[in-house]
Amino acid sequence: MQKLLELQQLKKHYPILGGIFRHQVASVKAVDGIDLDIFRGECLGLVGESGCGKTTTGKAIVRLHAPTAGQILYRPERGESGDAIDLAALRKNELKKKGVRGRLQMVFQDPTTSLNPRMLVKHIIAEPIREQKRLTSRELEDEVLNLLSLVGLTKDHMLRYPHEFSGGQRQRIAVARAIATHPEFLVLDEPTSALDVSVQAQILNLLKQLQDKLGLTYLFVTHHLLVVKYISQRLAVMYLGKIVEIAKTSDLFATPFHPYSYALLSGIPVPDIDHKPRRIVLTGDVPSPVTPPAACRFHTRCPFAIDVCRRVEPVLEAVRPGHRAACHRKFEVEKLVREKFGTR
Amino acid sequence: MVEFKLRNDPKATPRSGKASGATFEVILNAEPETRNPEPGTRNSELGTMRLLETQNLVTNFYTYEGVVNALNRVSLVVDHGTTFGLVGESGCGKSVFVLSIMRIVQSPGKIEDGKVLVFFNDDAGATGVDLLRQSEAYMQRIRGDRISMVFQEPNAALNPIMTIGDQVAESFLFHQQKELCKTVLAELDAPDCQIIRPLKTLQRAFYGMAAQHPDATALKLCDRVPVLRRWRRPMKRHALRRAVNIIGKLGIPNPEEVVSQYPHNLSGGMKQRIVIAIALACSPVLLIADEATSNLDVTIQAQILNLLKRLKQTEIASILLITHDLGVVAETCDRVGVMYAGNLCEVADVGDLFHHPRHPYTRALLEAVPRLAQEGELKSIEGSVPNLVDPPPGCRFHPRCPHAMELCRKRFPDQVEVGPNHTVSCYLYTDRPRPEA
Repeated sequence: MQKLLELQQLKKHYPILGGIFRHQVASVKAVDGIDLDIFRGECLGLVGESGCGKTTTGKAIVRLHAPTAGQILYRPERGESGDAIDLAALRKNELKKKGVRGRLQMVFQDPTTSLNPRMLVKHIIAEPIREQKRLTSRELEDEVLNLLSLVGLTKDHMLRYPHEFSGGQRQRIAVARAIATHPEFLVLDEPTSALDVSVQAQILNLLKQLQDKLGLTYLFVTHHLLVVKYISQRLAVMYLGKIVEIAKTSDLFATPFHPYSYALLSGIPVPDIDHKPRRIVLTGDVPSPVTPPAACRFHTRCPFAIDVCRRVEPVLEAVRPGHRAACHRKFEVEKLVREKFGTR
Repeated sequence: MVEFKLRNDPKATPRSGKASGATFEVILNAEPETRNPEPGTRNSELGTMRLLETQNLVTNFYTYEGVVNALNRVSLVVDHGTTFGLVGESGCGKSVFVLSIMRIVQSPGKIEDGKVLVFFNDDAGATGVDLLRQSEAYMQRIRGDRISMVFQEPNAALNPIMTIGDQVAESFLFHQQKELCKTVLAELDAPDCQIIRPLKTLQRAFYGMAAQHPDATALKLCDRVPVLRRWRRPMKRHALRRAVNIIGKLGIPNPEEVVSQYPHNLSGGMKQRIVIAIALACSPVLLIADEATSNLDVTIQAQILNLLKRLKQTEIASILLITHDLGVVAETCDRVGVMYAGNLCEVADVGDLFHHPRHPYTRALLEAVPRLAQEGELKSIEGSVPNLVDPPPGCRFHPRCPHAMELCRKRFPDQVEVGPNHTVSCYLYTDRPRPEA
């Protein structure tokens, strides 16, 4: 498979200002050096608890903010002889000049806040097109209609305001806006967490259809593991600004190698009455990303932490083809879990 | 901060009795424990003991757009010792239902009709107490003591300018003042008491009075005088000690430190534990958890669910769990009620509901949730939840229902029994043979 995006040691630190002169006293290490490859045509799930840097990663890729360090290599479909563009190094005006903005788009979590309440749906969807191309108003309207029908809305919806729609329809409008510029890559930032169960299924199915129809690549950021299992082919687990495990979704659900993934997967409340999980309950809370624990960041909550975990930081290593985990005891974890918590 | 808000804001409760034209049966200063002096005559002839029963509960909200019929004749029974899960999508009336039980529906809302019967162990007879006809004073004594509530957002439920300890201790000070006074008196009478003579006599006088009549005018006057106000301090110390105790029970490390901290010092999971501690302070008969875990992360949610399960075995009799997550229901509940647009669709034991869902909405809902072993495409429910200002006539699910008939558009179906402890409100099960599930 061809790589679409390649993140190399990506970092995003938010400064904390303080003191008399408002100088930087510390920084929130939201994303602290991640390596991630996103292949063309796949849907990569990114899961983790709140505050672990999932959304920051997504925003860094579409360059909604500038990363502190690291590279984001983007290989466009019909680029200049297939050479990679480093998005992290580009300035904002260069991004537009190279035509990258239109190719990487984002759908936000809450459609109520991400759609301008004072704009008609027609103008909301037309805005990104107008930014990229010069079209006559009739062409623009045809384009908008086309997009609306793609996401399952009709012409009647064009001249309404966002508040006239239900949550599911609003999210459809947000998706239509994101695909308006014919992107090849979409960051979906918890697109269903603000929606109800019955509507969530509609949106998930819509996203799947669009992926097939338009050949899109997704980065699906979520904390809902069952949703990510349904939609994504590969899954990356984040903890405190680091990726701790990445594998095919089915592999990760079957045999996780990192204790955090174990805990995360066993923590899902499964809507199935016969499923009696052996739950690994982690003690304590996620440490502050301002002063993350040294060495392995998970050692403060890990039930199997040993001395080496407190001294040496584990690297993300391959445990089998296509499956990488960052843990010192990755090959023992399954045995340890079985000993301490019984079989899953 | 449940107690604080309720006590200082009596306007928060609509006077539902007056609204529906009925009169209040005002029982001022009547203790809920001693209202009926015949314990033992429980509603035992019913087999399983009912704890809470609502009959045709109707709650409306009078908004500018029109009357929102948030609860449409909801009848429900919660037994003693069960965990009852109430599921439904947002806006279906789950929260309004529990607010109506507690009579804390906010201003444009009014409880219009129906009954909320509670059967406490010491309330004799099969009739129970109708909460909608009780005085506000009675309700204040019930809330947080016999029936308590855990709210969804711990940030909003806790008072940011009070220490954790004070907030938990408030429950004890309000509901268990007599017992606290008695402990202080016992401490004063103990031989190793260090307090000097005249002070001791004074304190004994105060606490003797408070133990008899907590609302005495003399005590209220003393509370206005700066120095005399201090008589409450020993009592507060005792309440705080109890608070430390209960916080420790909920698995919070070093509770002595936590009681002197403020909500912003704690993380989300810890805050939710504190809210649970406040709710559990007076060992309630019924704990209502309104989306208690939905704002938390997966690992923290697992902690809280485990905690609730553990408490179910040791501390509390019954839990009414409001949630939109069917996974949480499958794991924690014994019985489930499914709500849709202000109606109760189906009530069943949890195994029965997940294996043989009867109502079309329940079936669709179960199919719309992604499973661990998901194969093929998710089935979604077409359309969206109706606007309750102008709900569809008849059964409110009929515009989205694949089995809708002519009858469904005209009249709302009654609850019918389709199995042991399994009731459904759907015309598919009244006269006609039921279709294959």
